[in-house]
Amino acid sequence: MPLFSMSGVTKRYGGVRALEDANLAIEGGRIHAVLGENGAGKSTLIKIMAGVVMPDEGRMVLDGAPVAFASPAAANDAGIACIFQELSLIPDLSVADNIAISNPPRRFGLIDRRAQRRIAEQALSRAGGENIHPLALIKDLSLSRRQIVEIAKALARRPRILILDEATSALTAADVTKIYGVLRRLRADGLALVYISHRMHEIVELADECTVFCNGRSVATFAAGTKTDNEIVEMMIGREYSAVFPARVPRAASAASPLLEVRHLSWTERLSDVSLKLKAGEIIGLGGLDGQGQRELLLALFGVLRGTTGEVLIDGRPVDITGPDVAKRSTIGMALIPEDRKTEGLMLPMSVRDNLSFAALDTLSHWGVVDRAAEEDAVDRIVRRLAVRTDGTSQPAGSLSGGNQQKLVIGKWLMTRPRILLLNDPTRGIDVGTKQEIYGLLQELAGAGAAVLFYSTDYDELVGCCDRVLVMYDGAIRRELSGDEITEHALVSSALNVGSEPRSEGAPHSV
Amino acid sequence: MDESRAPAARLSDTFSRRSARLWKNADPAIAWAYGCIVLVLFVGSLYSSSFLSPEYLLQQLKVASFLGIIATGTMIVILLGQIDLSVPWVVAVGGMMSTAVTGWGPFGDLLAIPVGVACGVALGLVSGVAVAFLRIPSMVVTLAVNAVAQGLMIAHTGGFAPQDASSPAMRFLATGHSVLGIPNALLVWIVVGIAIAFLLTRTTFGRIVYAIGNRERAAYLSGARTRLVVMAAFALAGGLSAFGGVLLAGYASKAAQAMGDPYLLPAIAAVVLGGTSILGGRGSYPGTVAGVILITLLQSILSVMQIEEFGRHVIYGVVIIVMLLIYGRGRPHSE
Amino acid sequence: MSSDWRYGLHEHKGTLLAFAAFVLMFTIYATNHPAGLNANVATTAANKGTLLAIVAIAQTMVVLTAGIDLSVGMVMVLANCLASTVVNGSPLMTALGVLSVLFVGGLCGAINGLIVIYGRLQPIVTTIATGAVYYGAALALRRVPGGDVNSSLADALTGQLPGGIPASLALLLGLVLVVWLPFRRSAVGRAAYAVGSSEIAAYMSGVPVRRAKFVAYTLSGILASAAGLFLTLITYSGEASAANGSTYTLYSIAAVVLGGVSLFGGSGSAVGAIFGALMFRTIGDLLFVFNVEPLWQPLFQGLVLFAAVCLGTARLLRIRNRLDLYG
Repeated sequence: MPLFSMSGVTKRYGGVRALEDANLAIEGGRIHAVLGENGAGKSTLIKIMAGVVMPDEGRMVLDGAPVAFASPAAANDAGIACIFQELSLIPDLSVADNIAISNPPRRFGLIDRRAQRRIAEQALSRAGGENIHPLALIKDLSLSRRQIVEIAKALARRPRILILDEATSALTAADVTKIYGVLRRLRADGLALVYISHRMHEIVELADECTVFCNGRSVATFAAGTKTDNEIVEMMIGREYSAVFPARVPRAASAASPLLEVRHLSWTERLSDVSLKLKAGEIIGLGGLDGQGQRELLLALFGVLRGTTGEVLIDGRPVDITGPDVAKRSTIGMALIPEDRKTEGLMLPMSVRDNLSFAALDTLSHWGVVDRAAEEDAVDRIVRRLAVRTDGTSQPAGSLSGGNQQKLVIGKWLMTRPRILLLNDPTRGIDVGTKQEIYGLLQELAGAGAAVLFYSTDYDELVGCCDRVLVMYDGAIRRELSGDEITEHALVSSALNVGSEPRSEGAPHSV
Repeated sequence: MDESRAPAARLSDTFSRRSARLWKNADPAIAWAYGCIVLVLFVGSLYSSSFLSPEYLLQQLKVASFLGIIATGTMIVILLGQIDLSVPWVVAVGGMMSTAVTGWGPFGDLLAIPVGVACGVALGLVSGVAVAFLRIPSMVVTLAVNAVAQGLMIAHTGGFAPQDASSPAMRFLATGHSVLGIPNALLVWIVVGIAIAFLLTRTTFGRIVYAIGNRERAAYLSGARTRLVVMAAFALAGGLSAFGGVLLAGYASKAAQAMGDPYLLPAIAAVVLGGTSILGGRGSYPGTVAGVILITLLQSILSVMQIEEFGRHVIYGVVIIVMLLIYGRGRPHSE
Repeated sequence: MSSDWRYGLHEHKGTLLAFAAFVLMFTIYATNHPAGLNANVATTAANKGTLLAIVAIAQTMVVLTAGIDLSVGMVMVLANCLASTVVNGSPLMTALGVLSVLFVGGLCGAINGLIVIYGRLQPIVTTIATGAVYYGAALALRRVPGGDVNSSLADALTGQLPGGIPASLALLLGLVLVVWLPFRRSAVGRAAYAVGSSEIAAYMSGVPVRRAKFVAYTLSGILASAAGLFLTLITYSGEASAANGSTYTLYSIAAVVLGGVSLFGGSGSAVGAIFGALMFRTIGDLLFVFNVEPLWQPLFQGLVLFAAVCLGTARLLRIRNRLDLYG
């Protein structure tokens, strides 16, 4: 009998099905890998197991008895510990303090530092962090080390099930190998491990069982090594093609010189030596796993990052973009649709009108005084063009639906007549209808001569909209796919660092 | 829409739309503030019928003008989501420097007011640069600027009460009556008020101020020159505080040590009572006007009722807290 | 094991720097003092320094939780006025008086804490407003300066111990040992640091956020009233001086910043703040010793505060992604 099992678990957020009739069975002393694309339901699954959210339907059974977790603390008490991607460490406190933060050993009412240190050292060695000093401050540790401390902190609570959500994403290669050893030791100790990762080779290294999620459903569960990589990729992709893409408008000949050229752009360790060319009328996508530098690239181009090295050329001229105010000038003509429309794209309490006119305010005013008639005019036109569903332009932007809010962000930038449009995952969390409208708009803008560069976590979009896709990994562009090469299969494979051609034999991939 | 018909249709549209907008968006806080004013007037009239006489009300408005001008500056900074704690000594700088310049040679009288205001602007600029460019929290930097201003004034006056007299222009503005017997100070407040209200509602500067107060990130990412606006806002607030000090010195015919101290708390209270959110991004000038009048009347009624000074302080504090609890709360962790 | 002390050094570097700076300044002062450093001069200096130091400890408590307390000066003034009334008479009455003063201070702090925690109001505006209320209470107690205090208590704590050591320093040491160190080493004290360092991470880690803040604010109030009591012992009277109150509030912030306590919360120590306070006081004395006009002293102190604030909080230099600067 499995140690822990979930059956028929369903979770919906508004109209979106995050998990639908999901099943999972975890055994003690084994490593169970969970695979799936972005949005397949993995994080929701984990959050339910860890007590962060409660399912709408379904059961969870632990040790043969049904359980429900109302809070992370409840899940902890039941012996389930989860290591999320957002770390829960206190930067100004030491490693030992962090590991024993919630229930420190006490002596005479005060914290027993020696006992605490012993607990920390034990947990650290169990987590493969023997070379991390317990008195070091978290803020002085690298991201990789912090991740190990986070693991130690979870282990200190002596869990029976340990969930790792992309736990190796921040680790250096050496630390990753160490973690493998740690996980194997924990498995030998009888711990049940649930391991979420995108990296195929990791799964191969570690997992005993795998479950693939797709579109919120648990598609298949199988013992590791019994399926080829490509079969797995197919399982991850296989879903209804719900989006219909507007036909690609044939655009101007590619003999023209690039509108935007980037040469050897680097920034801290998040971007390394990125070079690309963008011509007027092109739509280029950025692909790859989450967090590989795509967002940073867009921010760097827009002037938000300090300390970038390398060159950016507009119309062949080198430019120094020191901030968004410079980027949006007509000589450069850039626009950025940011990642989070609620906190970066809009001032939600302000009216639709105020939000729409904000980026182009200088063109709508004389000597600093806003020309209200011109503003009203321009705003009305954009609202009509984008078909924004709103109850008048005086409504606060926060009262609009997600899709309409995104239209406001796009509309705001359209008013500046940009030549280069940068979009950071523009259709995340938006209904299908609005998505279609946005795709059509992008085609229209490209047809009129704009250059579009956008990052998307949705492979369908990249396939349906882009002329070229640049797949990024670890801050660099690893592959470029153009035209018919852009298939979902190719995208997923290159993102996972696997060869894109399906193997003929169907034999299991050997390390 | 038929282009030929559009302009005419839009005009009437705009007017009716605007009046509808005014009613829909009328801030409940402002309604409360004006309601409280009526209440205070009513309670005051119970004590003495002269409380409602035009002379008395006009006198109150005159007294309110000084606070009003200072609170205007405070409001701009609070709209940004910041706070200006340098008010006490920037006010004093305005008063002391303008009276000092009055005595300086033949152009003293002319230069008195501009120099006083300019000193305030300079101090405000220091705060503004620190907040906008160095990203130092405004509460500490304005506290420090306040201390520096105090140090400057103590060094300047030798710690004694400054003996310089104010210029005739200052006295005229602060104490004279010109049009229809309306006090000049009130006229000055009205002019300043209209100018600032215009600045806030009709200019790009004003839009950016509200945007920064609402969501500075989004304003920055939209390409607004947020740093310049923040710097300018603090400079403007400094100038207004100093101008308030200039008028106060004109009213009393000279400056005095710690003359700005009694204005910090009432200025914040007036702004907050008028519906401006302490977190920034929300608030309108008519509300601040209501808040200033309300505070002034409260002060007046407290002295009419012969409530001692200590009662005044307690009431200020309690009133601010209560208003904040109604309008300025943060979000709980679970959200 | 050998690297342990290196980590300790790193963690406490703010405090140690403050200590070094103070020792340096005081040495310059002592060696240049025209009258030489005799016991009386030292005691007077120590008393003034201790007064500010106690207020600085109070401010530290709140600043650690990423808050700020602009009412500490007013609580001190309130305690001063109250003490001048009740800390009198027989030893028993005096003791009760002391307890009631501390209790009132704790109450003031608790009120601040409750409004910040449950009202979810910003500490800065909250404490400006409550400061006004506490000042009003002080004014109600002492409309004009006056009152008295038990002279034996005053002599004991503001005088000298055998050997010429100022008693006030012993008091300060006592406060550190009895109040600060136990707080810092306790779970709730560490929780306060956690809350100041990252309230979200603290919450996710199950740290008792509300309890930590409440204890911090209440202790701050108690310490501020202890400062007020000490002021009464020095001056033998109570005065509702708003100027005094706001000056001490301001100076406590200077002391805290100079003492290496981060205004963003989560790091620093009250011991550092104490040295910051002593340093700040010594600036005035240094100016006197070097024959700088006393008129320039407030300006100097203001400039030091300004510089300290700028250096202590300028984040611009280390940020690589400008978005991080905008909340």
